[in-house]
Amino acid sequence: MTSRLSAITWNTFREAVRDRVLYNLVLFVLLLVASAPLFSQISIGLEKLMLVNVGLSSISLFGVIIAIFVGIGLVSKEIEKKTLYTILSRPVRRWEFIVGKYLGLLLTLVVNTALMTVGFYLALLIFINGLKRADAMLLVAVYFIVLQFMMMVAITLLFSTFSTPIFSAIFAFALYVIGTFGEDLKNFAAMSHGATKWLAMGASYIMPNFASLNVIAQAAHEQNVGSGLIFSNTVYALLYSLAVTVAAVMIFERRNLK
Amino acid sequence: MLAIEIKNLTKEYAVGFWKKQWRPALKSLNLTVEAGETFGFLGPNGAGKTTTLKLLMGIIFPTSGSATILGKDFLDPEVKRRIGFLPEQPYFYDYLSAPELLDYYARLSGVPAPVRKQRIGELLGRVGLADVGNKQLRKFSKGMLQRVGIAQAIIHDPEVVFLDEPMSGLDPVGRHEVRELIQSLKDAGKTIFFSTHILSDAEALCDRVAVIHKGELRGVGVVNDFRSSLAEKTEVIWLGATALSAVNSLLAEVHVTGDTVRGTVQSGDLDRLLEKLRQQGARLISVMPVQRTLEDYFLAKTREEEKEAVTL
Ligand SMILES: Nc1ncnc2c1ncn2[C@@H]1O[C@H](COP(=O)(O)OP(=O)(O)O)[C@@H](O)[C@H]1O
Ligand SMILES: [Mg+2]
Repeated sequence: MTSRLSAITWNTFREAVRDRVLYNLVLFVLLLVASAPLFSQISIGLEKLMLVNVGLSSISLFGVIIAIFVGIGLVSKEIEKKTLYTILSRPVRRWEFIVGKYLGLLLTLVVNTALMTVGFYLALLIFINGLKRADAMLLVAVYFIVLQFMMMVAITLLFSTFSTPIFSAIFAFALYVIGTFGEDLKNFAAMSHGATKWLAMGASYIMPNFASLNVIAQAAHEQNVGSGLIFSNTVYALLYSLAVTVAAVMIFERRNLK
Repeated sequence: MLAIEIKNLTKEYAVGFWKKQWRPALKSLNLTVEAGETFGFLGPNGAGKTTTLKLLMGIIFPTSGSATILGKDFLDPEVKRRIGFLPEQPYFYDYLSAPELLDYYARLSGVPAPVRKQRIGELLGRVGLADVGNKQLRKFSKGMLQRVGIAQAIIHDPEVVFLDEPMSGLDPVGRHEVRELIQSLKDAGKTIFFSTHILSDAEALCDRVAVIHKGELRGVGVVNDFRSSLAEKTEVIWLGATALSAVNSLLAEVHVTGDTVRGTVQSGDLDRLLEKLRQQGARLISVMPVQRTLEDYFLAKTREEEKEAVTL
């Protein structure tokens, strides 16, 4: 089982790399370098705030874009091109295929994020002249971004098992936007009554909630993130990804391939 | 021992957008294949050959019925370790090289690392791709892809090999090579189940064939029987068109080209025909029994239904 899983994971990673997904890193570096002249225009102290915001926001955004655009094809492309025929005729369980694909894309994103984070810290070193102890907090923000990726990959993979890439992209992007403003849904539920309240409540649990996973603003202001939040966010992201992946497996297990 | 036993295998597809209707692609198929046999699964396009293979490989699920392969349920992962499959017009991960692709598949089939490396080299040589190096599959020709396809189907040294139209879309050289490869698998004692609509390939390779048409099994036959069965008809060619009027009533079929006549008779009428021709002074050129070929069998089996359709 593990050797099949790792083979699928590795092949998914290799495909992303050979499809030049990591080229986004070049864009990331260009973005950081291009925004550097802006920093010197604004007052000292604010420039770090800017850099942290730009850096972390683009790490998050680039990753979400990769998660969506690679994720939507993870299963549907293999069905469309019939490459699954030669996979499923081997002793590969269908769930292994799904989980391997999931881990492969997550690995791609982790590697991508790690490289971006290195670039980000280098930028801090160069433009802000040195790192402080408090800058370790930035790593927590990056960790939370990776937790968001875990959830986004599960979501796009789920859509990929039953929907066409275009619809998957639309759905996944919509969920990302809803998730980013997820608190609003809970607030709405708290304010409303009757059936609306229950619908809004139900929806707020099914929808991903990225609000508490976004600590970019706190990180920029060098505020501490409590270990309680780190723990609860980790558990939340794991459970959410697990539930969505189980749903993807259940759909795929029953599916007649084209 | 039976290598494959298919029991009442049925697949229906929902068709139509608004009003869903169930249309059978495969109707209650029953078939057995002995271990070591090379079995041809014949049928015109749309007969249900690919559907049958997809069912057996667990790519789609049967509406009803089941199958065993090597004595175990066909969906048992243990079975999949011991079978190989070449899909129809296969497409492979085109960002990989041939050795990378084979290594990936060998890992999925549970071939241990040291064996993998050795087998990949050996197999690439055997399918004539020894010198492809690290060229990505996107640069491969159709013939090369088909050979990669055969290599991936046997990379784990399976006992039963399923091939879906392995020769279709290839040029004569490619077809010949694929035929040789299948022959070598046959010589190695593998059970081979392959679908085709090219009858000469089936005739050259198969021990037995099944004919399927419109999702229904029409017949199963031993290929050697087609060759050895006594000819029902005989073709006679002679010079002397004037003799025709005297023998016309005996002939089942007749073609005249100038003074040359080519006619077929029921073999029982052959002596009378030859005697009359001699009396008429015709010059005999050749007398040849008309073998009942696989093609006749195939045509007979696929036409049966058309008669039924008329009476319906
Ligand atoms: N996914 C599908 N949905 C609906 N009908 C299908 C599907 N796949 C195959 N069929 C139908 O099933 C029949 C048999 O197809 P197939 O098994 O591919 O034939 P063959 O391989 O013998 O050419 C055809 O009529 C085809 O149109
Ligand atoms: Mg077919």
